[in-house]
Amino acid sequence: MADLSLPNPDVRVDFDLIADLVDPKSRVLDVGCGDGDLLALLETVRQVDGRGIELSQAGVNKGVARGLAVIQGDADRDLDQYPDRAFDYVILSQTIQATRNPKVVLENLLRIGRKVIVSFPNFGHFDVRLRLLLGGRMPVSKRLPYTWYDTPNIHFCTIRDFVALCDEIGATVERAIALDGNGNKLPFNAPWWVWNLIGAQGVFLLSKP
Amino acid sequence: MTAIDALDPDAQNALKRSEADHPSSPVLSCPADAPLALQSGAAIGPWQIAYQTYGTLNAGKSNAILICHALTGDQHVANDHPVTGKPGWWTLMVGPGRPIDTDRFFVICANVLGGCMGTTGPASTNPATGRAYGLDLPVVTIADMVNAQARLVDHFGIETLFAVVGGSMGGMQVLEWAASYPERVFSAVAIAASYRHSSQNIAFHEVGRQAVMADPDWAGGRYLDQGRNPKKGLAVARMAAHITYMSDRSLHAKFGRNLQDREHLTFGFDADFQIESYLRHQGMTFVDRFDANSYLYVTRAMDYFDLTARSDGSLSRVFKGTRTRFCLISFTSDWLFPTAESRAVVHALNGAGASVSFVEIDSDRGHDSFLLDIPEQYRIVRGFLTGAARARGIDGPAPPPAGE
Repeated sequence: MADLSLPNPDVRVDFDLIADLVDPKSRVLDVGCGDGDLLALLETVRQVDGRGIELSQAGVNKGVARGLAVIQGDADRDLDQYPDRAFDYVILSQTIQATRNPKVVLENLLRIGRKVIVSFPNFGHFDVRLRLLLGGRMPVSKRLPYTWYDTPNIHFCTIRDFVALCDEIGATVERAIALDGNGNKLPFNAPWWVWNLIGAQGVFLLSKP
Repeated sequence: MTAIDALDPDAQNALKRSEADHPSSPVLSCPADAPLALQSGAAIGPWQIAYQTYGTLNAGKSNAILICHALTGDQHVANDHPVTGKPGWWTLMVGPGRPIDTDRFFVICANVLGGCMGTTGPASTNPATGRAYGLDLPVVTIADMVNAQARLVDHFGIETLFAVVGGSMGGMQVLEWAASYPERVFSAVAIAASYRHSSQNIAFHEVGRQAVMADPDWAGGRYLDQGRNPKKGLAVARMAAHITYMSDRSLHAKFGRNLQDREHLTFGFDADFQIESYLRHQGMTFVDRFDANSYLYVTRAMDYFDLTARSDGSLSRVFKGTRTRFCLISFTSDWLFPTAESRAVVHALNGAGASVSFVEIDSDRGHDSFLLDIPEQYRIVRGFLTGAARARGIDGPAPPPAGE
């Protein structure tokens, strides 16, 4: 059944932000689209021509069953098949930390899309730092629910790490937004080190000339 | 025991001949001055195509779905079969409230060219001789089948089909439709299919054809004239093919090494094992309803299928610029049309910038899964058609019943 109901706002605080970054009626590829919640949101509020790739079979099947164009695939392996500039936006929402080779994935995204939107949990957030510093254990929290041995997140980074990677591969940061632990936007003019400390999530709009 | 089993062989042949020339289904007859040009360079005319329809074509003619049947299927997708009396072959997919909802869509299913249920095939009467065509019918291809269907779609005045749907050889026709008539296919659902027949698949088909032709009753293809029927050869062909439609695991789960109606091995060549008995039954019931020469023609059409032949091997180029919405489905245990084949189509479609959904369904029941009660498949097709109907601006299928 075509279920275009919107996701629970608590679950993915970055969805509305991403939707704000996307122009109406554009072509969008969501890499790591899960059950298709973000795609469904974008189709509803932005009337996009949306496609998704998802690693988990259960996620793909749910996405297709709700009427979305989703295929089973892997960000590390299956991006080569897309031609250059095939999409207006390629979105990597809460997925980059789970890829095997984040740098190659990001380069591929910048090749396929005119614009790239990446959102990720900030491993530099003070809560993470405190858990490691005081608890001496890998942080486990509401936003980072996995233990070290069962986590799919093999390449965590901080906001400053991500900015450094963008520099290295020649990506232009067109917009950057950080969210605090409650999902509120941080003041846009704060320096990186502030964001890196109190931003729980980063959302970046990138392009490559 | 079905109706046809009660008949003597001559009466069985007569019933099959009558379905070939004067089927129970409606027929579009094309006169000699409207021949069908074939890929081989030959043409046939007069020729005819037999079909079933379900549901109602809307005023805008925008709600038509064409269903393409597999190798041994026919147009009786959702009604009882006129020869065997059995229910349609895809009643889980097609019908009121089903994913291909006949309350919402106008559904067409035609017998393929080369078939034996009323569309011109080797069992049809050759107007030049007054006898069955036999091997005098030119070899037909998947593209020829699709061109014949296109004439039927023209006949209904339908410019663009809302969807073309099929599994196995039906899925080949779906891909051929999308490649040959992209502007006439709004959405395409190809299940357990491929863009070309593999070497292994050709090999199995060749075994089947050789079994038919080795039967003395085949009589060089002229068995209908002589009142004979190469039942043994065709049954063996069907038995071999049937194995390829299932998985080792499903065979083992269903039959294991269980013995058939006996306590001990007989140390003979009777059907000791249940699997032997089952295959013999599959073979014998198949020959009641299928024409041996049709089996040769339709398997040949599948062997010749290769979408990349028209584009120097590039599948992406075949679909370049397409606006059709695609849905591909494969099954984990299907070794005849494995997932890798569907995935190659998906990659090519992505390369062509097409809209594509692709799902691999977990099933241990092999290639035949697409015909079976596997709720996930029906849920996915319903969802895909719902999304496509939304894009087309027509009513989609009814919401799924509980349990689908």
